[in-house]
Amino acid sequence: MLLMRDAFYFSFSALSANKLRTFLMLLAMSIGVGSVVILTALGEGARNYVTAEFSALGTNLVIVIPGRSETSGGNPSTMIGVTERDLTINDALAIARHPKVKRIAPLNIGAAEVAWQGRKREVSIWGSSHNLSKIRQWKVAQGKFLPKADLNRANSICVIGKNIRKEIFGAHSALGQWVRIGDRRYRVIGILGSEGHSLGLDVSDTVIIPVSSAQALFNVPSLFRIFVEVTNRESIPAVMDFIRDTIKRRHQGVEDVTVITQDAVLATFDKILSALTYSVGGIAAISLAVAGILIMNVMLVTVSQRTSEIGLLKSLGASSKTILSLILLEAIILSALGALIGYAIGMLGSGLIRYAFPTLPAFAPAWAIIASLFVALITGIIFSLLPARKASKLDPVDALMR
Amino acid sequence: MIKLENIQRNFQVGEQVVHALDNISLSIQDGEYVSIMGPSGSGKSTLLNLLGLLDQPSSGTYYLNNINVTNLTENQQAITRNKSIGFVFQTFHLVPRLTAAENIELPLVLAGIAESDRKKRVHQSLQEMNLLDRSDHKPQQLSGGQRQRVAIARATITKPSILLADEPTGNLDQKSGLNVVHILEQLNEQGITLIVVTHDEKLGARSKRSIRMLDGGIEYDKMEDPHAVDA
Repeated sequence: MLLMRDAFYFSFSALSANKLRTFLMLLAMSIGVGSVVILTALGEGARNYVTAEFSALGTNLVIVIPGRSETSGGNPSTMIGVTERDLTINDALAIARHPKVKRIAPLNIGAAEVAWQGRKREVSIWGSSHNLSKIRQWKVAQGKFLPKADLNRANSICVIGKNIRKEIFGAHSALGQWVRIGDRRYRVIGILGSEGHSLGLDVSDTVIIPVSSAQALFNVPSLFRIFVEVTNRESIPAVMDFIRDTIKRRHQGVEDVTVITQDAVLATFDKILSALTYSVGGIAAISLAVAGILIMNVMLVTVSQRTSEIGLLKSLGASSKTILSLILLEAIILSALGALIGYAIGMLGSGLIRYAFPTLPAFAPAWAIIASLFVALITGIIFSLLPARKASKLDPVDALMR
Repeated sequence: MIKLENIQRNFQVGEQVVHALDNISLSIQDGEYVSIMGPSGSGKSTLLNLLGLLDQPSSGTYYLNNINVTNLTENQQAITRNKSIGFVFQTFHLVPRLTAAENIELPLVLAGIAESDRKKRVHQSLQEMNLLDRSDHKPQQLSGGQRQRVAIARATITKPSILLADEPTGNLDQKSGLNVVHILEQLNEQGITLIVVTHDEKLGARSKRSIRMLDGGIEYDKMEDPHAVDA
């Protein structure tokens, strides 16, 4: 029986004898594997991005959003989708009274121009309170965060993101300086050290001012969100009920807020994005099957082109089994090599994506890599069985007559 | 030793059954030099394929070295071809991407013989065929005569007892054809059973024993020198 090493040598010589054919088959296989790796890396990257985004909001978090997404009862205001009653700072303070609520942070968001000594920049402004830095686990690089204070007091102070400091102040010291935000002036008391994204906004490109100041600046009476941190996970349902009851009582019996937990949102996104990853992976896997069919076609052509060689090998003492294994080996080498090249392409591709979009952690999941390599090998073998069997069944007499 | 008993080989062509070999009985002793001649379609190639275990008889028995090879499995027949039978073809049938040495090595590779042993035997064979300076050349870099010498080296590398040659000089000019015939006859003198199928009357006349085929049967089987063989 043929030695393994010699079989490999023979198959390699057959593959290198027809470089174009070999190249095209490798190309097809590597595109298949590469696209599975890249597409699942994208899907997984999106999932991880969203997960990280929500984790940045802190744990045991309940979020209160003004307005209700569903229509309930015959109240005309809910019918037209407008909230009559604002979600106010006092609502937030009422929620904070529950013993299981560790801390709350109201939030208002807007955009305004920040200016200092002629330098101007349009940035997003967060109106919040001292607790925001604790809930979002932000660090302060210089100075301090918003101090503990009455939420209803509109102090003229602000905390600025790293990037703002660099762009507006350059080499100057920012702390203690007065900047103009919109039509008001605020004193810089702190510079954020944290980087990354929150709610889709770049933290280093953000300015934080007290919530009341923001309400005055943007002239909006209602809050955008209330973050409620609960002492422990078990108390979350009770706190959620308390919030609904409290708001309903304060809003003349109308429950006009939506209370969600971060976990629920996270789980939903996780589910959606996992499904996305699976489906793009599945679509990419079709290209693997196409590559398999291509390999079958080319191997069939190979077998008919090499009929006389196969007949010769039989006359020299190769059994049908030897012929079968030689042709299969060729296909296995092709698909394994193609799969490895595809893996390299996929890794390079997802690396490029990470380079182009640093916030997107585009790493292909292990299951996708293993599955694509495995599927490539299996399709290569399965689709070569037919041509290999055809070759082994060749009548040596007919084959040598050509 | 080759012994055929009542060999029948039928082909189905459409509705008709063609008797390519019709009840052939034949025995060839070790070391004989036999030529098989006859017009196209007389069955001489079918007989050669059958002797080379490339084809199966429809009925009858084939004994090779006292073993009934018609009953062997496909795998056993492959091993027998490898060890006991060498083929030389009109069109050489060299693998174009392999060098002369690698082509000669093929039967040993298929037999799973270790590389160091193979190299030694190939080297010796190249020397005997006067091909040492051509060992790394691909078939298309060789002349017709050289190609056929590579093919003969390949056919004899496993030291088979039988050498089957199908029109071995058919694609060669006269000079290299003669050279090839001399090599084959030299091998026969060293003890190999040489069976040559040919159209060429001159080539056929060189052998001590001539078998002429006609319509699937043996028209005549004559010995030039009756003392050469005593069966």
